[in-house]
Amino acid sequence: MNQSISAAEELAALTAHDASCRLAEGTVSSVQLTQLMLDRIAASQNNAFITVNPKALEEAAAADARRQKGEARGPLDGIPMALKDNISTQGLRTTCASRMLAEFVPPYSATVARRLSEAGCVLLGKLNMDEFAMGSTSENSYFGPVRNPRDPQRIAGGSSGGSAAAVAENLAYFTLGSDTGGSVRQPAAMCGVMGMKPTYGRISRYGVVAFASSLDQIGPITKDAQDCALVLNAIAGKDPYDGSSLMNPLPDYLDALKDGAAGLRIGIPKEYMGEGISEEVRMAVERVAGLLEAQGAIVETCSLPRTEYALSAYYVISSAEACSNLGRYDGVKYGYRTQAYANLAEMIEKTRSEGFGDEVKRRILLGTYTLSAGYFDAYYKRAQQARTLIMEDFRKVFRQYDVLLTPTSPVTAWALGQKHANPLEIYAMDVCTVSVNVAGLPALSLPCGTDSQGLPIGAQFIANTLGEAVLLRAAAAAEKGGKA
Amino acid sequence: MTTYEIVVGIECHVELKTKTKLFCGCAAEFSDDPNRRVCPVCLALPGALPVVNRQAIEYAVKAALALHCEVQPFSRFDRKNYYYPDLPGAYQITQMFHPIAKGGYVDIETTKGSRRIRLNRIHVEADAGKLLHASGGIGGAGGTLADDNRASTPLIEIVSEPDLRSAEEARVYGEKLRTILEYAGVSDVKMEQGSMRCDANVSVRPKGDPVLGTRAEIKNVNSFKALERAVNYEADRQIDLIEDGGSVVQETRGWDDEKGVSISMRLKENAHDYRYFPEPDLPPILLDPERIKGIGLTLPEMPEDRKSRWIKELNLPACDSEQIASSRFSAELFDRTVALGADPKTAANWIMGEWTRCVRVKGIGMETEPVKAEHLAALLGQVSAGKINNKQAKEVFEEMFDTGEAPEQIIQRKGMVQVSDTGALDAIVQQVLADHPKSVEDYRNGRTQAIGFLVGQVMKASKGQANPGLANQLLAAALEAMK
Ligand SMILES: [Zn+2]
Repeated sequence: MNQSISAAEELAALTAHDASCRLAEGTVSSVQLTQLMLDRIAASQNNAFITVNPKALEEAAAADARRQKGEARGPLDGIPMALKDNISTQGLRTTCASRMLAEFVPPYSATVARRLSEAGCVLLGKLNMDEFAMGSTSENSYFGPVRNPRDPQRIAGGSSGGSAAAVAENLAYFTLGSDTGGSVRQPAAMCGVMGMKPTYGRISRYGVVAFASSLDQIGPITKDAQDCALVLNAIAGKDPYDGSSLMNPLPDYLDALKDGAAGLRIGIPKEYMGEGISEEVRMAVERVAGLLEAQGAIVETCSLPRTEYALSAYYVISSAEACSNLGRYDGVKYGYRTQAYANLAEMIEKTRSEGFGDEVKRRILLGTYTLSAGYFDAYYKRAQQARTLIMEDFRKVFRQYDVLLTPTSPVTAWALGQKHANPLEIYAMDVCTVSVNVAGLPALSLPCGTDSQGLPIGAQFIANTLGEAVLLRAAAAAEKGGKA
Repeated sequence: MTTYEIVVGIECHVELKTKTKLFCGCAAEFSDDPNRRVCPVCLALPGALPVVNRQAIEYAVKAALALHCEVQPFSRFDRKNYYYPDLPGAYQITQMFHPIAKGGYVDIETTKGSRRIRLNRIHVEADAGKLLHASGGIGGAGGTLADDNRASTPLIEIVSEPDLRSAEEARVYGEKLRTILEYAGVSDVKMEQGSMRCDANVSVRPKGDPVLGTRAEIKNVNSFKALERAVNYEADRQIDLIEDGGSVVQETRGWDDEKGVSISMRLKENAHDYRYFPEPDLPPILLDPERIKGIGLTLPEMPEDRKSRWIKELNLPACDSEQIASSRFSAELFDRTVALGADPKTAANWIMGEWTRCVRVKGIGMETEPVKAEHLAALLGQVSAGKINNKQAKEVFEEMFDTGEAPEQIIQRKGMVQVSDTGALDAIVQQVLADHPKSVEDYRNGRTQAIGFLVGQVMKASKGQANPGLANQLLAAALEAMK
């Protein structure tokens, strides 16, 4: 292998914090890192990006200029990153991977995009996903499916498939995804990277195109726990533009990384390790438990008896909210509008029929049905009751445990197109991740080895409300144990 | 022949006069320039989120307390989903399941006596935008334009029980509601400008029948008089229908005030299924008793209380009290003027007379406080001290109303000093007597009323500045001396 190519490979494979050190030392510039990423994005065949930011190099040059003047803004200044394409970016199209918004250029930026920009990050572009974040495979995209960098014939997971694939293929030092039912954690697991879904309200949703408002949460996808902490430090915290964002004080998430696993009380809920979980996945999760136990953690089996209701409650609530959130795409003010129509009703009908893909339509129909007069009590209301019970389950186990350990996905990445004809089978694959969203809790997926086909496996840590620090503590300890 | 009873319930939308809109920082004020007061939130751009305006919640609570409602410690917003181009998000944020206030009442007085009208609830909601239809309408050749300046401005909806029994009661209820909300200071409450909009649910039933008849909802009513006419029209229409062997269908009808008729807009079968569900973007509104109490303390003395106080403490006639209390602005002007030492009855006469006339004729909003209490009290002081006469005072008042100047300044500027100097007046009196020998003759012959004419002549000769009492005195003395 040519020496300069391998040097570039090595530079691209750096974590964000290592890249940050190189920038601080002056051994590399942001423009160099950015150009490297742009070259790799152009060469990639995996369809992780929908749009490349034409101003990326300009932003990198500005970061270099700041550094030259001794005005670097912090550890993320000059780091090239990318955002899922449901995060609004002023002046750069934000499509949600939908025909409906294929040409939509937002006049404002999401709070997370603004905060990263203020931290000095360079925006490389916008990442592919399932349309409006609905799906677990990133196949439901108007711009074509994302391929898994570990095996391009397989799915990258979803809905933040582009965000996970980009980090796995070293096309960005980190990315942001959104997680409504596992959409950060599951693709992270399938692509072999780290993904965190913070507590509901910990990170502003302002400017993140809504799928299911009571479940959506932005999360970082990174190469390790330290990067996850760095990104969290930059984006978490109260936002006056998001009424559901939390006021609670912010810790320095980097502090949590040093604490180690000694004394950490870890519960493994038996409902997450039974039927439907592949043997190889189960074994990998148990290996993580063993690593932590070896460092002094206490590992026990526990129970979340209402887990079985989570999947149905999730699909009822998320579809109900989605059908309302997506009502605004009527062709009146922005986005796609059908060519020919005789009246208002026909314009709206045709616009929506042509602008949305099948999965989105399926969720809208589901949601419309469950909210209809006469069905509301049987579906939406009962789903909310189930939600309360699921939260109670978690409250109880968190009296005994600091963190729970489960698989992220019951199986590893499947072949593109394999389950496409059977949406219910795909929905069932969300079984390990949706409870966390339903209960509003934080969770993190950690890469924990591969199966016999060399496909990545993810282990999930779940913590109590605002327990991001303990997730990072467990993840950092597991990383350390894995390397040892 | 069956006697029918009219049953009316009123849903009243009132625009709250907050500085900003209900869920964003846009100014909640009217603009002629379309889509000038808009942002990602009130345009419902992808990703934008609502944040509740605290002032709107406080105003809603204030209105609820003024209407004797029970303010709820827990209330929440819900989404009402439907498609219409004036509704940017395809859902209206309102309060379906847990409104901010329940119960309450409004006491009304009509020609038939006084009655208490119960309220069902008050809820907070966001207004929609406006559509401007070019010829051809929606989808037609002319097209339709959407203006979202009004989108997301805060409203409260006040829902009455079906307690009203006549068109007159409906009108008086509306007027009373306006008075109370004006006192509370939460809205401009102008029907004509749409900051207060009343829809009436009207049904009829044979008198004595406990079961409610099928109702029709009447919309597009732009004044209280129109409300009365619309209710009467609807009741007559329904009675005619029933008398002719037909039956009333549940529907929404639009009132055309010019033609004096209502037209069916939508039948119940075509009603939307609004798919209400709790708004997931907004946390519940939690109000502790202390905060509710604190908001209550900001309410001024309400009309009923003022009326009874005036009658009891100031001996003001009941009808005067009623008229002055009907607006917070006249009530406050009255109280302040009296507090500055003016005689209550005189102050009341001026407010009911000149003040009301000037407000009406000049079309000036009372809320702009065109005449300050200090100025009115000073003016009445000048009159009672005999410095100017009533006629002059009216002229000064109008000037005060137009310019906002103090009465002393106007009097001085106009050289409007009442001549009470005996010496100066004596000369005029002598001149008038010399100029009108016929009247002098009449007086001498016992027609003493001739003095009235002579006083008028003195006033005229003095350009209105003579003290008329003094002129009368001097004339009488001179005429007696001439006898
Ligand atoms: Zn706005």
